[in-house]
Amino acid sequence: MSDALNIVKDTTLTYDQTLLALAKLGENTDSSIVYSDEYYQAKAAGALCDLNEGRLPYRPRYICPDYELLFQKGCDFLGLTPPKDLLEAVNDLEIFYSHVPSVTCYPVYLGDLDRLLEPFVLKEDREYAKKILKLFLLHIDKVLTDSFVHADIGPEDSVTGRLLLELTEEMQLAIPNLTLRYDPQLTSDDFALACIRCMLKTAKPSFANHRMFVKEWGEDYAIASCYNGLKKAGGGFTLPRLKLYECSLTAKDVDDFLNHELPRYIDLQLEYMDKRVRFCVEESNFFKSNFLVTEGFVKQENFTGMFGLVGLAECVNHLLGIEDKKKGFGLNEEATKLGLKIMDVIDQRVSEHEAPYCDAFGHRYRLHAQVGIDSDGMEDSPGTRIPIFAEPTILEQLEINEKFHPYFPTGTGDIFKFEETYEKTPEAILPIIKGSLNRGLRYFSGYLENCDVVRVTGYLVKKSEIEKLNQKKQSLNNVTIFGKGAQDGAHALDRRVVKHDDHGTR
Amino acid sequence: MAIFFQGCQFNCRFCHNPETIHMCNHCGDCVKTCPANALNIIDQKVVWNKDVCVGCDTCIKTCRHNASPKITWMGCDDLLKEIVRVAPYIEGITLSGGECTIRKDLIMELFPKVKEMGLTTLLDSNGSLDFEQNKEILEYCDGVMLDVKAVNKEFSDWLIRYPNETVLKNLEYLLKIEKLYEVRTIIFPDRDQDNEETVRYVSGIIQDKCFYKIIRYRQFGVRDEQRKILGDFTTGEAYAQSYVDLAKSLGAIKAYMV
Repeated sequence: MSDALNIVKDTTLTYDQTLLALAKLGENTDSSIVYSDEYYQAKAAGALCDLNEGRLPYRPRYICPDYELLFQKGCDFLGLTPPKDLLEAVNDLEIFYSHVPSVTCYPVYLGDLDRLLEPFVLKEDREYAKKILKLFLLHIDKVLTDSFVHADIGPEDSVTGRLLLELTEEMQLAIPNLTLRYDPQLTSDDFALACIRCMLKTAKPSFANHRMFVKEWGEDYAIASCYNGLKKAGGGFTLPRLKLYECSLTAKDVDDFLNHELPRYIDLQLEYMDKRVRFCVEESNFFKSNFLVTEGFVKQENFTGMFGLVGLAECVNHLLGIEDKKKGFGLNEEATKLGLKIMDVIDQRVSEHEAPYCDAFGHRYRLHAQVGIDSDGMEDSPGTRIPIFAEPTILEQLEINEKFHPYFPTGTGDIFKFEETYEKTPEAILPIIKGSLNRGLRYFSGYLENCDVVRVTGYLVKKSEIEKLNQKKQSLNNVTIFGKGAQDGAHALDRRVVKHDDHGTR
Repeated sequence: MAIFFQGCQFNCRFCHNPETIHMCNHCGDCVKTCPANALNIIDQKVVWNKDVCVGCDTCIKTCRHNASPKITWMGCDDLLKEIVRVAPYIEGITLSGGECTIRKDLIMELFPKVKEMGLTTLLDSNGSLDFEQNKEILEYCDGVMLDVKAVNKEFSDWLIRYPNETVLKNLEYLLKIEKLYEVRTIIFPDRDQDNEETVRYVSGIIQDKCFYKIIRYRQFGVRDEQRKILGDFTTGEAYAQSYVDLAKSLGAIKAYMV
C-alpha cells in the first residue's frame, strides 16, 4: 500500500488530520534544500532530529502575531475592522486565528487574552461577558484542535483573567494551553493562588518567570506552543534538536565528546537551521506576500531560530558509564557538573555562530530544551530533565532545574505532579513557585494526579481522549496521538514528585 | 516545612500514628522482620539505614511499644542545615509530633534563628505543657495549633488517657496573649454528646478570634483494638459538617472541616 493510501484508510484520523498528513507527504516529495552528507548521516544515526518539520519551510515554525495591532487598525486582507465591543473582539480573533499558520497548521499563540479583552469585558455585565468568553473558548477547543495552541495571561490581575480561570475549571478542556506570566511584584498573591487552584484542577496555567523573559526578550514577549519564549510580532523559524544521548554514542570518552563530537553535531544542526531560515525568508512566499507580513502583524526581523536539544541526562549517564539512572544526572554531583559543562559548550558555540537574519537578536539563535516527541521512548528525557522514575525530592528537582533553566530563552520547563492533599493547601505551592523562580527557574507546570486533563511533557491532553485512541476511535485533538505515544513509550504520565520527607522522623 | 518529633505523653485511642508515642527501646523485633535489611543492631541499639529503607512500614507493624526505629537524632545545627536549604521555597516551619514541646530547650534554641531567616514559626501541640508557666518558649513563636480533643473530664480520661486541665487552661491563655493560631477537634462517629460538649465549649471561648478546624475521625493507622472500639470507618461528612455549623452558630465563624 502507498503511504497516501495508508493515510486515507486510517480510521483513527479525522478529516483534518488526514488532510494534514497528505499535505506533509506531498511536501516531502521535494528536495530543494540539500544538506551535507555528514548531516544526513547524523540524522540517519538518530543524533539529529528535525521534528518532522517537513522538507519545505513554507512558513516559520511558530508565529506570534501582534494582536494589539489587529485591535488598533483591523485587517485589510480579512476585511476586519477594530472591534467596538466584546462580541466583535472575540469574533475578530476567531477569524484571525484561522489564518495564522504554524508547523502544525494551527496558531501556537493566541495573544495576551486578558490584556486584549479586558477593556471590552469591563463594558459588559460580568455574566454576559462570561458567556461570550465561554463560547470563545469552546470555539478554540473545537476548531483549533491542537494542544500547541497557547494563550497567555498576567502578570496583573484582571476580570478577564479571573473569568478565563473560572471557565477553564468549569469546561475542563485541553485546548488552549495557558501560561501566567508571573512576577510576584506585579501579580497579586490572590491572583497567583487562583491560578494554582485552577492548575490543580486542569493542569493549567503554567507559571512563566516574567522577569527573566522580559530581561531576555523585552516586554513584548510571548509564551507559545509548549513553553516557547518568543518575540511578539515575530516568532521562531525552525526547531531542530540534538538528541544528546545518540550524540554521545560516537564519542570515545568525555573529552572526545566535549572537544570533537559535540561541536561537530552542533555545527551540523546549525547548517540545517541556516539553510531552512534562508529558504523560508528568501524562497517561500510567506515573508513576501502573506498578509501577516505585508500588514505588519509580524516582522521578519523579529524571528529567530530555536536550537533544540533533548536527552542531556542520558548523554551524561552514558559518558560517565552510569547505568542506574537513580544514581545519575540530577542525583550525582559529578554527573550534574558534566551536564553544566556540556551546556556551556553548546551555549558558547551557538552564541558564536552568525545566523542569517534574526536581526532583532544580533543575528543569533537561541537555545531550547525540547520536550520530546511521542516516538522518543526512554532514551532521551525532555531537555535537561531528570529522567522519569529517577525523580528525587521536589527540593532537589527544583535545585537542578534552577541551574539549567537560564540557558534556554526559547523555552524549557519541568512538571510537578502533586498529590491530592495539595488541593486543600494551594497556599503551600505558592512559596515553592516564588522561591524557585527567584532562584532561576524559568517555567513551572503542575497538575494533580487524578485529573482528566494532564500535562504530557509540555502539552495538555485528556486521559479520556487517549483512551479513545486506545480503543481505535478518533480524537479531535491532533495532539492526543502524541500523548498516547509518550505514555506508551516514555511513561510520560508517570512523572512523579517525591515528597520531601522532612526528617524521616515519621 | 513540618518537622515531626518522636514521643508524646498522651496515649489517645484514636491516634493515627501511634508509632510516634514512645521512643524505641531497642528490643530488636523489627530488625528481624525488616525485609530490606534496613535495620541493624549496632552497639545494642537499633539503627535505621535510610538509604536502604523501602518504606514498607513492616517495622511499625512489628513494634509492640508504639515506637518507630525510623527516626533521626538531630540537634539545633542539624535542623538549621535542613531549614536553610528549603528556606527559599517556604514561608515558615511547623513543629509537630509526637509532641514537640517535650523538647522545649531545642525549640528555644531553634526558633530565634529561624525567625532571623525571615520564616514563621508555629507549634503544633497537644497542650500538655503549661504555656503560662513556660512563657519563654513563646517569645519567638508566631502561634500554637492546639488540639482540644475532649472537654468532659470523664471522656477525656478515657480517650486520651492523660489529664486535660492544662489543655483547657492553655486554650484560654494562648487566646488571651494572641498566640492561638488554630484549635482542632476530632468528631467521632455516633458520639453526639461528647462531640457536642467539646465543640460548644471551644466555640464559646474562641469565637471569631482564631481558626477552628473540625477533623473527621479516620480509621487509617489507628491500632486494631482501638478501631474495634471507635469504629472501622470515617466519620460521615454531613455529620461532621453539622458540628461546623454548630460552631459557627455559636460565634466561631472561622470553623471549617477537613
